[in-house]
Amino acid sequence: MIEEQFSAGESIVHGLDPRIKIIVAILFSVVVAVSSSFLALFTALAVSLSLIVLARLSAKAVFYRLLLVNGLILFLWLLLPFTFKGEALFTIGPLIGTREGVLYASQITVKCNAILLAMIALVATIPIFTLGHAMSQLHFPDKIIHLFLFTYRYIHVIFQEYHRLTNAMKIRGFIARTNIHTYRSYAYLVGMLLVKSYDRAERVYEAMLCRGFSGRYYALSRFSIKTGDILYLSLMLAAILGLVVLQWSAIV
Amino acid sequence: MERDSLIISLEDISFSYSGDKLVLDHLSFQLRRGDRIGLVGPNGSGKTTVFHIIMGLLRPSSGRIELFGKPAREEEEFRGARKRIGLLFQDADDQLFCPTVLEDVAFGPLNLGKSPEEARDIASRTLAGLDLSGFENRITYKLSGGEKRLVSLATVLAMDPEVLLLDEPTNGLDEQTEGKITDILTGLDLSCIFISHNLDFLMRATDSIYAMANGKISLDEALAAHPHIHTHEFGRLPHKHER
Repeated sequence: MIEEQFSAGESIVHGLDPRIKIIVAILFSVVVAVSSSFLALFTALAVSLSLIVLARLSAKAVFYRLLLVNGLILFLWLLLPFTFKGEALFTIGPLIGTREGVLYASQITVKCNAILLAMIALVATIPIFTLGHAMSQLHFPDKIIHLFLFTYRYIHVIFQEYHRLTNAMKIRGFIARTNIHTYRSYAYLVGMLLVKSYDRAERVYEAMLCRGFSGRYYALSRFSIKTGDILYLSLMLAAILGLVVLQWSAIV
Repeated sequence: MERDSLIISLEDISFSYSGDKLVLDHLSFQLRRGDRIGLVGPNGSGKTTVFHIIMGLLRPSSGRIELFGKPAREEEEFRGARKRIGLLFQDADDQLFCPTVLEDVAFGPLNLGKSPEEARDIASRTLAGLDLSGFENRITYKLSGGEKRLVSLATVLAMDPEVLLLDEPTNGLDEQTEGKITDILTGLDLSCIFISHNLDFLMRATDSIYAMANGKISLDEALAAHPHIHTHEFGRLPHKHER
């Protein structure tokens, strides 16, 4: 269901303390998100790319992930150049594309890809359960962590439930068409799925209560920070600081 | 606590889901230390409801519950008792919610206040006791039906309960897994209540069988071991039957 495509690996990046990776990913994303200078943004992109290389991830798999997001960004390219006020750069029939619009769209494109690549290299390389524990040790709110881990665990069960229901429909000759019967059947399917998931949630909670759950979730694993982690953290902090300087000097 | 002391006592319990027909109708039931009781009854007769009432997951509309000699009414009182009573759910997918087997088995001990090291240790020992060594890092939702049932049992046993409530423990298992779980359950030195439709299993695992009907529990005198005349291939040759 959810494939953890990138979480297994032997690279330097995989071996780093997950807590450090999360902190770096967050700092990096925030700095990149608020930057506007192209020099800073392209440097950030270069940093992300080198992280991907260090993590030794399959270029093809990473490319496919990027394709999904850039599909959405394509819409920005269709709209922004023509809706932004500014100096005319080109015209297509009655539409005028502005210089500012093109620049703005390029800025967003570079930003998104840089952040996404960093996330893939740093966060997607942590197995989901370890990620949950690392978040808990970084004092993320318990509720967010529970939501996160339970979603991961039960999405598979709900998916199986969905399969069972669609199979039950299929064996009785259901074929999806454009008619009221199809819409109604799909509505039943979704409704049933919701009700069943709710019941499931209730039973899981009861099972947890029976095992002494009282709202706090205790983590089994502990992490330890090694010299490599410190080195990496200092390097990345320096890189992020560099980005800040690049951005700041561009404004001044 | 010595043998024969009262562990679970339900007195005059009534309960209905959403106010209509009473599922439990002035039901009384007692479990003493060392008792091994089977509970049979048609689907929807309220067997699982009884378990949930004992655990405090459902509250009766009337009646008294006593657990380990103390009255249980509030969540706080049930919370203490839940640490001493293990409930095995009918559907293992309800019970196993951690991604890995080890995390799931350690969940109960951690809630009991054990340190991560102790919890890990208890979990590994419990798994080994059920012949599940090497399962620690398996992903729970990728286990087979039989493995899920055994791991669920491990999650309950890891809390070292004094009483076990088992909701259809052999349901939907193949003969081999059923045999394995029957062996494990008959070997446990715990007070138990088994809900099951599997009479062969109940004959082996329990001392007495109670029947549930019309919202009440009564001792089923009709359920006693008796010989059968039967036929099968090579029946003339001397042979033995497992069960």
